[in-house]
Amino acid sequence: MSIEIQGINKFFDNFQALHDINLTIPEGQLTALLGPSGSGKTTLLRIIAGLETPEQGRIGFSGKDVTNLHVRDRRVGFVFQHYALFRHMTVAENVAFGLNVLPRKERPGKPEIRKRVDGLLEMVQLGHLADRYPAQLSGGQKQRIALARAMAMRPEILLLDEPFGALDAKVRKDLRRWLRNLHDELHFTSVFVTHDQEEALELSDQVVVMSNGRIEQVDSPLELYGRPDSRFVFEFLGQVNVLSGRIRDGVMRQGDAWIRLPEGCENDDAQLYLRPHEVRLAQAASDQSHLPFRIEAINLIGAEVRIELKPDGWDCEELWEVGISHTEFNARQPQRGDRCFAIPEVGHLFCEHDTEPKTLEWKRR
Amino acid sequence: MATTDLSERPAKKLSAAATKRVLPGFGLSLGISLFFISLVLLLPISGLFIRAAGMGWEQFWFVITDPRVVASYKVTALAALAASLFNCVFGLLMAWVLVRYEFPGKRLLDAIMDLPFALPTAVAGITLATLFAENGWYGQYLADLGIEVAFTPLGIVVAMAFTSVPFVVRTVQPVLEELAPEDEEAAMSLGASDMTVFRKILFPALWPAVVTGGALSFARSLGEYGAVIFIAGNSPYISEVISLMIFVRLEEYDFPAASAIAAVVMTVSLLLLLAINVWQGRYLKRLHGG
Repeated sequence: MSIEIQGINKFFDNFQALHDINLTIPEGQLTALLGPSGSGKTTLLRIIAGLETPEQGRIGFSGKDVTNLHVRDRRVGFVFQHYALFRHMTVAENVAFGLNVLPRKERPGKPEIRKRVDGLLEMVQLGHLADRYPAQLSGGQKQRIALARAMAMRPEILLLDEPFGALDAKVRKDLRRWLRNLHDELHFTSVFVTHDQEEALELSDQVVVMSNGRIEQVDSPLELYGRPDSRFVFEFLGQVNVLSGRIRDGVMRQGDAWIRLPEGCENDDAQLYLRPHEVRLAQAASDQSHLPFRIEAINLIGAEVRIELKPDGWDCEELWEVGISHTEFNARQPQRGDRCFAIPEVGHLFCEHDTEPKTLEWKRR
Repeated sequence: MATTDLSERPAKKLSAAATKRVLPGFGLSLGISLFFISLVLLLPISGLFIRAAGMGWEQFWFVITDPRVVASYKVTALAALAASLFNCVFGLLMAWVLVRYEFPGKRLLDAIMDLPFALPTAVAGITLATLFAENGWYGQYLADLGIEVAFTPLGIVVAMAFTSVPFVVRTVQPVLEELAPEDEEAAMSLGASDMTVFRKILFPALWPAVVTGGALSFARSLGEYGAVIFIAGNSPYISEVISLMIFVRLEEYDFPAASAIAAVVMTVSLLLLLAINVWQGRYLKRLHGG
């Protein structure tokens, strides 16, 4: 089932939580609603589920208008951040809940329910816990039970509200992969809310970036990371290094720092955004750029060595970060306090009066 | 995926160092608390039992099985049961309204809930008796329906219910406030109707509190005196309550007999509260793990 969202406005008293949201969520895909807290992503998810009613707008499931349909009749699976398992019921009773409350005519027989519950618990690999109470489970187990419970009604749409938010890093990663596999197997339409960009980019087919109740960009993870539409998306998705300056005669300057731009705007203030992998470190400046730094910190953990750089003779709001390979690090052995230069290879230029960036490339010499 | 089996956990070992308390003042505060509890609770209670024990087993049995006293046990217990059952329903409703809805005057209603505690019970008794008397505001209409409240056992129920309703409201209210709305939303998203949500999700979470409140209300009603005697009519074998019987014995300067009856009431109340506590402990342990 696809989900069509048209012109949704939602207010909480005088606060407008969502501004004119238009979005189509394609059938059978995993879509992430990504944004900082207060961006309205959870509200949007709850509106899709029918747990909140929008003041204006329309929700459709595969063309059928469900705006005024009660949550219990929408037949969506909903998974809560804090699991919302029924504490006084065993795991099996929790999973069977949806089937047990069906009207008598539609309700399957007891053996059939038992069989379906066993199947679902097998699917989440927790068959051995059927007679436990939720209080006896770990967070990861609870979340999988919550998922099995939502899946019991065989929904065509699965909505997950920060499903991994309350779990620790290791469990979160496991569960993420597991959900991805489950989705690939069963092909329901899923929407999940997250504030974790890594989670959104890793797990989803399509990412919807939101801020302040508005949609900033809708794209595949690859496009989103490679070609952000706006400053917000740039800053929100991953680490980014920023140089603000004024452009004159094709050169952007600020203090001691300058870069020769292959193209761009004239006589304007501008910001140049560079991802850590779009910058190289060198001992000397090139004829294209002069970006002096002092090494502030070196972080050896991970696939790359991350080096934090403090501008030398110019200013920026946040420290720059550049990644170099361990081999390169071992060959060069940079130390804290060393002076070095950043050489840009690819950059994204936001001129003062433009909202969309221009992507620039410098040739290696 | 790591699945931790509870039985595999190593047994907890508490070394001497681990049991050392960080918070100071344990000895002092516990000492003072125990001293006051002894002074105002335990000492009078033991005095009561010693007094009752002084009369010999046979006489004790004779006093507490006096037909008039036995009739008063029945009246009191039945009236208290009726009152506490009524309070379980009405108290739950009140708590529900106070927690779940926003309306003007909510804070005032919330404050009024405690009035039965704050009001001298005799004032409550006189007020109720006036209201429910045959020519009172409520009594005249009830009389038309053929219902007599004042000076009958029904009056006792009314007085008991009035004085003990806050017990249920105040025990259910915090539990209701703590309930996560997600549980209800989860149940609804699985297709449950409002009634099913209440029966299967809300009520199982609430009923330990309702039972506790009901038990407190029952125990309080067993001993209610001030509010009851004004409305009960106090006719022997029909509408006499235990606390009145104790008072009657005291007026006759028969202190041992009064203590004997009091000891019976006391024991019943204590056993009831103990049983409720044990039962509730077990139920809550299942809910919260342990």
